[in-house]
Amino acid sequence: MRGRLWGLALYMFVLGFILNLLGIVSHVLVSSLAKRWFGTPLPTAFTTEWFAYAWSNFDLGRVLGVTIFIALAVVVLALILGFPAAYILARRNFRGKPLLLLLYFLPLLIPQMTYGIPLATTMYRYAIGGTVAGVILANLVPMVPLAVFILMPFFEQISMNLEWGAAMMGANRFQVFRRILLPLTVPGLLTAGVLILVNTVSNFELTFLVSGAGSQTLVVALFYNVFAGGVRPVYSVDAMAVMYMTTVMLLLLLALRFVRPTQMVFRLDQPQR
Amino acid sequence: MRRARVGERSELDAMAMVCVLPSLLYVLVMFVYPFLYGIYMSLRPAKLLGFSLANYIVFFTDEWQYRTVWITFGIAVPNTIVVVSFALLLAYGMRRGIWLERTITTILVLPISLGVILLAEGILGFYGARGWFHQILLGLGVLKEPLVLTHNYIGVMLSLFMQQFPFCFLMLLGYVSGIDPSIENSARTLGAGPWTVFYKVMLPLMAPGIAIAFALVFVMSFGVFPSAILLGQPAGATRTIAIAAYQQAFEFYDMSYASAIAVVMGLFQLAGLLVIILLRRRMVMAATMGVGKR
Amino acid sequence: MKDTIESLRFRITKRFGTKTVLKDFGLEVRGRQFITFLGPSGCGKSTALNILAGLIPATDGDVWIDGERIDHLPPEKRGFGMVFQNYALFPHMTVYSNIAFGLQLQRRPAAEIRERVGQMLDLVQLPGFEERYPSQLSGGQQQRIAIARALVLHPRLLLLDEPLSNLDAKLRIEMRAEIKRLHTNLGLTSIYVTHDQTEALSLSDWVVVMRDGILMQAGTAQEIHDQPRNVFVADFMGFRNFFPVQVASVGPEGVVEGTGNGMRIRGRTRHALGPGAAAVAAIRPDDVQVGEHLGGPNAFHGKVDIVEYLGRENEVILTLEAGPRLWVHTPERVVPGESVMVVFPPEKVIFLPPDGEGVSA
Repeated sequence: MRGRLWGLALYMFVLGFILNLLGIVSHVLVSSLAKRWFGTPLPTAFTTEWFAYAWSNFDLGRVLGVTIFIALAVVVLALILGFPAAYILARRNFRGKPLLLLLYFLPLLIPQMTYGIPLATTMYRYAIGGTVAGVILANLVPMVPLAVFILMPFFEQISMNLEWGAAMMGANRFQVFRRILLPLTVPGLLTAGVLILVNTVSNFELTFLVSGAGSQTLVVALFYNVFAGGVRPVYSVDAMAVMYMTTVMLLLLLALRFVRPTQMVFRLDQPQR
Repeated sequence: MRRARVGERSELDAMAMVCVLPSLLYVLVMFVYPFLYGIYMSLRPAKLLGFSLANYIVFFTDEWQYRTVWITFGIAVPNTIVVVSFALLLAYGMRRGIWLERTITTILVLPISLGVILLAEGILGFYGARGWFHQILLGLGVLKEPLVLTHNYIGVMLSLFMQQFPFCFLMLLGYVSGIDPSIENSARTLGAGPWTVFYKVMLPLMAPGIAIAFALVFVMSFGVFPSAILLGQPAGATRTIAIAAYQQAFEFYDMSYASAIAVVMGLFQLAGLLVIILLRRRMVMAATMGVGKR
Repeated sequence: MKDTIESLRFRITKRFGTKTVLKDFGLEVRGRQFITFLGPSGCGKSTALNILAGLIPATDGDVWIDGERIDHLPPEKRGFGMVFQNYALFPHMTVYSNIAFGLQLQRRPAAEIRERVGQMLDLVQLPGFEERYPSQLSGGQQQRIAIARALVLHPRLLLLDEPLSNLDAKLRIEMRAEIKRLHTNLGLTSIYVTHDQTEALSLSDWVVVMRDGILMQAGTAQEIHDQPRNVFVADFMGFRNFFPVQVASVGPEGVVEGTGNGMRIRGRTRHALGPGAAAVAAIRPDDVQVGEHLGGPNAFHGKVDIVEYLGRENEVILTLEAGPRLWVHTPERVVPGESVMVVFPPEKVIFLPPDGEGVSA
């Protein structure tokens, strides 16, 4: 009986959290559709004009284009850089490998504000700060390691015997890569790609620190508008937020076709004793 | 993952080097070098010639600056304790599987992937004086007059909790449900009640996971930036160390001083990171939505 | 030592959602016996054991021990011992702390705990292992410690859930003898879950064969072995050759004759099979005789297809003239393609009801 109550309390907590979350998200949604909304349960009149307003006033077409371009570029480059490294780290043993893994781990562990400021400083010094290329390069810092760590287990699953078998049948290294490894790691590449995509679109700090007027992504533009609260009608900011939310949710839906939700956070393995 | 043992032949041949080198160079050039450069810069104050600790001395003697350390601790420590305790409680209660698992975890991933900016905008409205939260509580008579929940300390805590609780819960859930249930069952058959099982058997087994969760959440909250600006008082009660660093860099363009503040922030986070690194052995990255975000 | 139980009686039903894993599974046994739940994986035997232990609740039913109903008690109040398939030793405690765990919860004096842990380590033949951690032990050693940890509390009922299945073949046989020795010496009542019929037969006083949550047959090891009640139990007990037949005649003392596939087979039965009834005749590969000059009833011609050398004997697969395949274990040397004569000794042939029948608790 006590156990039942206890379980009930836990679910009530989860329910409370989810209701809160839904309240927060739907407030943005409802507000974006409101003509005016002052202290009533729902707005007295609805309109879709704020979307048109936001689209033209915030130059969202261009911002969205820049965001997509940056995100896709980060995905492609991170996979190209991460793929071979993940293969070696999954397959080979060498001294200093734990150190190498730690080095790849750090950009994911250290908060981006901490290394973002010196990184931005350096990039402005070499005149790539503020450019689209700069934003891509900065986002790659955590995303290359992310690609490595997502791809590694996929390589570990592929039996060495498959490669050896192909080699025994006369395949050279490139053929082994082209005919065996690449097809077998397609699920891994999709998983990594789609997670990097969501992460880059929603990544704030690094992009914020290194982007300039023409290289802002959607989330950074949103920040400036929320920050400047009052300058523009709040409904238009919410309309922009809804557009951002829709983008992320679409990508998330796509991501959840390849990964379980629990795969989206750090996984702590049991210590092996 | 296999690890090299002492005396084992290294398998790092030319091909392996060629494969690792591009990404390694990238991390070295874009992560390690700026970091070191930042430290170097922080020791070369703009107004002085040569190396000097002036930036650090200024930071720790200027109350306006050094109090950001206390402010940040004042946000990060309570937040970490609250987030990890709730997440642990929930993860332990749900270790044997959750009802509607996929739905619940999907919903919980939402705030992680939507990011803090969107959450902040929603919290401003939802918890604002005219938002649904107050409408309901005032309507029900629970409150006599509205509380102030945004543009202050509470607002920052709210957004940090919304963002980090799901992250910490999902991480701990994976860890706790990975503990072999027969260990718990055997304790029961040996005469241990549910409470004894928790603190004599499960707690010691969960300890490494809890420690890592603590360290991770602390490190993340110590860098709190956008939510401190959007939901707090960035010029007052929630002027965190990240804000101080940002202001020096992009408002006063004193990159040297900004770097020094970033280094100070990094040192405090390093303390948390050390815990992770010491316990890191079995910590595996699956994929990371929440990493490096606050 | 606290006395073991005198009697155990239970009848349980367990459903997970819409799936019924135990259907009115019931039994009544005396104490001091070695009882085995035997069946293929998924038959519900482990679920039944966990319900007896109190680790999972039954959907319906009751459990009685010595006239006292216990199914409402939590596991820690039942006074049973349990040994798990994967040992389930506490990885963060030494061997000593593992064994002392239950005694410490009972707040026994330190001297008594020390003495009893020492006795247990002697009993499982691992003296001096107190300060080791489970990870420093081999599988067999871990299992001994798991047994010691359960026995040190003098449980009135010992439950063992496939305790040997994670061990290699040689160790398994050693530990089997060890478990039997402990059971006999300590006068325990034990319930043992396994899917291995050799283990079940060699250890048990009483074997309970299960399938899909239903009790198929319960009896002494010899009864189960010699007199399986239905095709499922017979198959599980090593009857490899089954011939569907129609009962032609019924004689005294269970002697029957049946025909099917152009074969006339004589055997015996314990079932009420009237003439004309459908039945299955079954014989073990070891019981088939092979030779050239055999005759009499149940003699058939066949052609050898495959011969596998097993060491002491050969496993031979042949096709009978009448059509069916036959598995035979024989020391005779035969070669593929050879025609041979086989004989089913009538006392070794059992007649069973067709598959799906002959099931009752």
